[in-house]
Amino acid sequence: MANDAVVDKGRRRFLTATTAVVGGAGAVLAAIPFVKSWEPSARAKSAGAPVLADISKIEPGQKVTFEWRGLPVFVVNRTKAQLDALAGEDSRLRDPKSENTAQQPAYAQNEARSIKPEWLVIVGICTHLGCVPDFFPELKPEPFDPNWKGGFYCPCHKSRYDMAGRVFEGVPAPANLAVPKYHFVDDAHIMIGVDPEGKA
Amino acid sequence: MASVFANIGNWVNERAPGMMPVYRKHMTEYYAPKNFNFWYYFGVLAMVVLVNQILTGIFLTMNYKPSAAEAFASVEYIMRDVEWGWLIRYMHSTGASLFFVVIYLHMFRGLMYGSFKKPRELVWLLGMLIFLVLMAEAFMGYVLPWGNMSFWGAKVIISLFGTVPWIGDSLVEWIMGDYLPADATLNRFFALHVIALPLVLLLLVVLHIFALHEVGSNNPDGVEIKKGPKGNRWSPDKPADGIPFHPYYTVHDLVGIGFFLLIAAFIIFYAPTFGGWFLEHDNFLPANNLATPTHIKPVWYFTPFYAILRMIPSFFGTAIWGVLAMFGAIVLLFLLPWIDAGKVKSIRYRGFGYKVALGLFALSFILLASVGAGVTAELIPEWFGANADATFIENLFGRIWTAVYFGFFVFLWFYSRGIEKTKPVPERVTAHD
Repeated sequence: MANDAVVDKGRRRFLTATTAVVGGAGAVLAAIPFVKSWEPSARAKSAGAPVLADISKIEPGQKVTFEWRGLPVFVVNRTKAQLDALAGEDSRLRDPKSENTAQQPAYAQNEARSIKPEWLVIVGICTHLGCVPDFFPELKPEPFDPNWKGGFYCPCHKSRYDMAGRVFEGVPAPANLAVPKYHFVDDAHIMIGVDPEGKA
Repeated sequence: MASVFANIGNWVNERAPGMMPVYRKHMTEYYAPKNFNFWYYFGVLAMVVLVNQILTGIFLTMNYKPSAAEAFASVEYIMRDVEWGWLIRYMHSTGASLFFVVIYLHMFRGLMYGSFKKPRELVWLLGMLIFLVLMAEAFMGYVLPWGNMSFWGAKVIISLFGTVPWIGDSLVEWIMGDYLPADATLNRFFALHVIALPLVLLLLVVLHIFALHEVGSNNPDGVEIKKGPKGNRWSPDKPADGIPFHPYYTVHDLVGIGFFLLIAAFIIFYAPTFGGWFLEHDNFLPANNLATPTHIKPVWYFTPFYAILRMIPSFFGTAIWGVLAMFGAIVLLFLLPWIDAGKVKSIRYRGFGYKVALGLFALSFILLASVGAGVTAELIPEWFGANADATFIENLFGRIWTAVYFGFFVFLWFYSRGIEKTKPVPERVTAHD
C-alpha cells in the first residue's frame, strides 16, 4: 500500500522538521530545572545577609577583617599621613579617579573611596584571580616597591593597591579593589551589604 | 572440562554472534606495525592508570564525605583509620600525576611521529577531548580533600570564568552555587568527578580506540603499513609489516606495564607527596576562605598553562586576555592536523627545522611549567641577587617562552607549507624482517 503511493516529500520534511523543533524545545525546557539547580540555594542566599560590624575598637592605622558572604571585608582606620599620601599616587595608578563604576557605589567614588575619609571599607579580594591581598600600612620602601606609601600587596601574583584600594599600573589585576555596599548605623557601627538610606 | 567451556562458548555465540568478530577485529586480527618502539607504551599505560583511578576511586568514595564540614577529616580518616586506606588514597593521588606523565609523553609521541596527521585527525581530536576532560576531572578531584590549596585552587580556576564579558560574575556564582567555593561547590564537583566525567572519559576512550582501529596505528617511521605490501604469516591480504595485536603486543605491553608499576610502587611507598609536587604541602591544612596560601600554584600538570595565564597582562580593563591565551594554547593543539601541512609524518624524515621547533616546543613546555610552579620565582633571587627586580625578570623569561610555545604553531604553519626539506620516506617500515 505505502509502497505503491507516491511519497509526499514536502509533507515528510514538514513532519520531520516540526517534530524536531517541538522535541528540541522540550529538551531545552526540560534542561532549565537542572541548570537552575546550580544557582545559589535559598540557604546560601540567606547566609549572604548583611553584617553589622563594630568599628569602635579599631585603632588608627589598624585593619580589621569582617566576613560578609564569605568575603573578607577589610575595615581600615586610616591615619592622616596615609590619607595625605593618596593624592600623590595618581600617576602610578591605573584608575586613580575610580572611573570603573562597577568597583564601588557612587557614594564611594572619591579619592579616599569611602563615605568618611578615614574609614576604608573594602572587599579584600584581589581583582586578578580572587586571592586575599596582604596589608602593608607603613609608608616605607618595601621589597616589592621602593616608593611604597602604604596599601595592599597580593602574594599570589604580586598585584599592588594603594591605601584606597586603587590598583597600580603594570600589575596583573585589572581593577581597583571593590567597595561593598555599606552605611554608618552610628559612629561605632557600620552595616555591610546595605546602601545608605536614599542612596540605593 | 574442555567440552564444557566449548559448549558455553557455542551457547553464547549462537545468541550473540557479533561478539567474536569484534574481539577479532580489535585484538587477534588487529594488525599493528611491527616496529613500535619505547614511545608506544604510553597509550596502554594510560589505560592501566585509568583502571587504577576507577578502582581506587570507587573504594575512596566508600569512606569519603562530600561535604565542606566533613571532607578534610574524612580524607584524614581514610589515611589513618581505614585499613589500607592510605594505600588506596596514595594509589589514587599518585595515579593522577602519573596519568598526566603518560598522557604528555603519549601526546609528544604523536607530535614526533606525526600520528595526528591524515588519516588520523579524528583519533587526535578524540584524544585531545580526552585530555580536556581529564584536566577537568583532575581539577575537580583536587578540590575534594578540601584542603586550603583545594579551596584556593578552586577559587582561582572558577574566577577565570568571571572574566567572560557581561555574564562573568553570575556565571561564577552559578558554578559555585554560592558566593564563594562552599559546600554546594564541593558536593557538585564530587558528583561530576565520580559519575559524570568518568562516564564521558570512558566513552571517549572507547571512541579513541575505535577510531584508531579503523585507520590503523602509525609507527616510528610514519609509513602506512596498509599501503605497503600484503601478506603475512596469518593472512595473505593483511599488511606484511603488521603483527596481530594479541598476543604479540599484549605480551610486549605487559613488560612495559611491569616496569611502570615498579616505578609507581616506588613513588606510592617511598615518596607519595613527591616532595610537594604530587600532593602539595598547603593542602595538608583545612580550607580557610580568609587565609590565602603564600604561593598559590596548581599541581604540576597544570603549571605550563597557568604560567601562560599569568604572563599575559590585563588591559582594556579586563583580565580575559590571559584566560584566552591559556585556552588558546590548548585549542591550537586541537588544530594541529590542519596547522601542519607537511606530508611526511615521522620526525625521522622531516626537515631539520621541525626537529629544532619540536625540541624548543617541548623545552618551552617544561620551562613554562617551572614558571607556573614558582620554581623561577625561587631561583631568581639566588641567581640575580636579592635586589633584582624579580617580577620583571620572571615576566621577561615567562613571556619569551610563552612566545616560543605559540611560535611553534606559527612557524609550523609556514614551514610545512614552504621551505621544509624532507628526506625520502622508505616504502616499508625499517627493519621489517
